[in-house]
Amino acid sequence: MDSVLLIYKGIYILAIFGISLLIATYSTYFERKIAAFIQDRVGPNRAGPMGLLQPLADAGKLFFKEEFIPAKANKTLFILGPGIAMLVAAMSSAVIPFGDTLIIGETSFDLIAIDVNIGILYIFGVVSLGVYGLMIGGWASNNKFSLLGAIRAASQNISYELAMGLSLIAVLMLSGSLSLKVIAEQQAGFNWNIWYQPLGFLIFLICAFAETNRTPFDLPESEAELIGGYHTEYSSMKLGMYLFAEYINIFVVSAVMATLYFGAYNFPFMENLRNAFDDPVLGNNVVTIIGVAVMFAKIFAFIFFFMWVRWTLPRFRYDQLMKLGWNILIPLSILNILLTGGGILLYEYFTK
Amino acid sequence: MTESLFFFFASLTLLCAVMVVVSKNPVYSVIFLILTFFSISAHYILLNAQFLAAVNIIVYAGAIMVLFLFVLMFINTGKNVESTLKKNVLAKIAGTVAGGLLFTIVVAALKDVTLGHPDPATFNSQVGMVENLGKVLFTKYMLPFQLVAVLFLVSMVGAVMIGKREAGEQNF
Repeated sequence: MDSVLLIYKGIYILAIFGISLLIATYSTYFERKIAAFIQDRVGPNRAGPMGLLQPLADAGKLFFKEEFIPAKANKTLFILGPGIAMLVAAMSSAVIPFGDTLIIGETSFDLIAIDVNIGILYIFGVVSLGVYGLMIGGWASNNKFSLLGAIRAASQNISYELAMGLSLIAVLMLSGSLSLKVIAEQQAGFNWNIWYQPLGFLIFLICAFAETNRTPFDLPESEAELIGGYHTEYSSMKLGMYLFAEYINIFVVSAVMATLYFGAYNFPFMENLRNAFDDPVLGNNVVTIIGVAVMFAKIFAFIFFFMWVRWTLPRFRYDQLMKLGWNILIPLSILNILLTGGGILLYEYFTK
Repeated sequence: MTESLFFFFASLTLLCAVMVVVSKNPVYSVIFLILTFFSISAHYILLNAQFLAAVNIIVYAGAIMVLFLFVLMFINTGKNVESTLKKNVLAKIAGTVAGGLLFTIVVAALKDVTLGHPDPATFNSQVGMVENLGKVLFTKYMLPFQLVAVLFLVSMVGAVMIGKREAGEQNF
């Protein structure tokens, strides 16, 4: 790899990291604004115009809070917990294609940090590690409620990971590749996977809610029964990092759903737009830039959906959660695999 | 570059593996075991077997170790086990003998092993990629692959049978 591309990759990775942090920061603001809208309140409006500086004020407050470590807690693991949660959350956006290629001069730049041929498995592996931050933090707090929250998080994540992986297999059967870049390229124009995989998308969506511990699956931190779940004993920026990691996870999961099912950076009539320009390079760049905007619009739509659900639906009971995961979602996703396989066979039989 | 990375990860693997055994706190042992799996995955990536690396992390670090940690959190970290083991001389002698025997077997088994030298002219560096692995599994190793699937199914049914609540049993 020549040095220009290496420098570009470095800058791009930093930019993606910064963008995911920025989106996570402002997710807290929009969560409160949307909650206020749904509950017919005003929401934060004191810091800055329309309360836009509220996340900065929150972060400042968290930094100045007292750093508290419980007396009988395991100190090392107590500090390690939020660190792991944050690290894992920030790692996962590396393989998501946020756009097609930009052509500047002679070189073309891929808008993806690392293009590995196991892209989706990488995200799956990294997301499955996210539960360690919760478990270690909850256990090290030496508090019954924290431990209960940690245990709930672990069992919930393991249960829903299975259904998530099985619903993913149907998409992979269609695409024939594990690379997110290839999956995105195959959905050019309006040929999105959602038209072929409505059931798979529904299963994936439900599992995404469970994996990010969002309502109606926020049992690990249900404040009514467990005080705060795994982060009961946390204060200051360590608490902030747990909350931050959750919002980064929402961003990443939204990006993955947009890439897998909603055509990533593709939008209808993009080929017509590309051909409308006389200069192919200019046409390509315009389409790519609009594509990046479309990708982020899809991600924001999903983030909004996450918040909308949070302020609309009540929480599950724990046995209902387990029953939904094991008795309904897993058989449904196996059925989805069979249907997809049958569909592919029929398609090949009639077209060849 | 690759060689120095190999030695770095090899020493990291061994260090973490030793720490799994040496750690007094079982939770630390599990965390070091996770680190061991990570460094083994790094070896897979060095061997250009990315699929194996990802699956190793998903299955071992992501699922099995979570269950290990899950069980350990219910057990109040075994201080009692530790103290009874320390006093028992017989256990120490038995441990030393068993460990020595194992070491002898490992040395005897590895003494005459010659390393395989793939021919650089015919060696395909893409052999560890997902496509090639899938083709080999579904053609050359079809029968063992299917048998493993049946084995997993049987163990799954067994786990369900053990965990199933009988009718009339007390529900707690």
